[in-house]
Amino acid sequence: MQKSELPDPFKKARLEKGIGEMNDQNDPVKMLLRHKDVRKTAHNYKIFQSGAIPGRIVIPSEVNIRKIRQIPFEIDPPIHGLYRALVEPWFKRPLHEEYAQKLTAQINALVEETMKIDTVEIIQEFALILQSRALTLLFNVPYEESEIWISWGTHVFRSKDSALDADKANILYNYIDDQIEKAIENPKEDLYSMLLASEVEGKKLTKEEVKGLVVLTFAGGRDTIINAVTNAIAYLSEHQESLERFREEPETINKAVEEMIRYFSPLTQMGRVVAEDTHVCEHAIKADTRVSLCWASANRDAAVFDNPNEIIIDRKINPHVGFGFSHHNCLGATHARQIMRVLLSTLAKNVGSIEIFDHKENIEDLDEFKRKVGYDYLNAKFNRLTK
Amino acid sequence: MAKITFITSDDDTIILEGTSGSVMELAVEHNVKGIDGNCGGVCSCATCHVHVKPEDMEKTGQASVIETDMLELDDNADKFSRLCCQLEISDELDGVELTVAK
Repeated sequence: MQKSELPDPFKKARLEKGIGEMNDQNDPVKMLLRHKDVRKTAHNYKIFQSGAIPGRIVIPSEVNIRKIRQIPFEIDPPIHGLYRALVEPWFKRPLHEEYAQKLTAQINALVEETMKIDTVEIIQEFALILQSRALTLLFNVPYEESEIWISWGTHVFRSKDSALDADKANILYNYIDDQIEKAIENPKEDLYSMLLASEVEGKKLTKEEVKGLVVLTFAGGRDTIINAVTNAIAYLSEHQESLERFREEPETINKAVEEMIRYFSPLTQMGRVVAEDTHVCEHAIKADTRVSLCWASANRDAAVFDNPNEIIIDRKINPHVGFGFSHHNCLGATHARQIMRVLLSTLAKNVGSIEIFDHKENIEDLDEFKRKVGYDYLNAKFNRLTK
Repeated sequence: MAKITFITSDDDTIILEGTSGSVMELAVEHNVKGIDGNCGGVCSCATCHVHVKPEDMEKTGQASVIETDMLELDDNADKFSRLCCQLEISDELDGVELTVAK
């Protein structure tokens, strides 16, 4: 097996039953594994709800470490749509020329620094830095702020010893409270100030709502982007020909990014709470239990994707659900796509090859399934392109 | 060369000419409101949904199965819906009128 390979642990269950079972802190989850079921269920917000107790739709559940509701993520339509419409233009800013230029400059500088080092640990010394610096653009705060975020380490809620770390979460919450107070005293052009000045149905957002949106922005785009970036580096180390292709045909980069998001599926799954007794693909599901939309499984469904376990860099039709699907599709997707596009383009222009020295896989334990989602560490070297 | 008319949700009429690429790319390049083309044209995001003028369906053809599966879950879709990333610009598309979906 190649080091960069991410096996599909769901295949058998997807074909035979369509579902998997996972116990998560005594709040069991029925995992939906087929592409069609995942999309239909994601669309059906009336029965499969997001507006449950905060933290319950996340797997592993965060109900014991979080009281705050993430917005608009943990609200159902139609109210969801009001919040979403409010923040959508802000989260589309990565498409602006100036944003893209700043991002390119950041990533270019990081790749340049990285090429000078003999061994780089890709997660701590590359992906985390890249993600944190890029996040300053999404927040529209000074670049230096990224130093604080980098110091928090790779996981916002998780630590080495525990999948759910309340102390870590508190560092983030206290930080956000401080930033909101600062923005109230001295409004700027940043995300906090924009939110504080916003209204939904004629009412200003409360501090709690602003915090809910900011928490989502921090939590949703950390592990996911770090996994996507790290997996991309591992893939390119074994596929130098793809770097060459991006150099010669930069127009393939968009398709390559979508394909990587499909194959890597940086977020394995997201839950919903079931509002009434129902069934999905002939399996009965009881009210007030949880299902999960298993994006990682849906993205390997051979009913939809030819050769699902291969990265086909220029896959033309690619209806993947790597950024979720329907009402709650990923708010940060524009930012994430722009990061990945700029990263691939910058690597292609500057790096001739990538060597991996050693690594440890990060395997998620989903009871019935064990899924590689990325790496705990990945030591590598970027070799400069010699023209 | 094809001349393509877009009608946006603000009732603006925008007429664009293209020779190659997809209709979505043409629309994004000219900032047609409501066509985002987030996924760059691989049929994964449905942010390039248009309603084809019924008499122009002959020129555009029907949606593919993958497209139909996607549109099936879009509450604003109808039998004239297409994802315009899947419409390749060619002389055959000359004169089509597309209303950008809400």
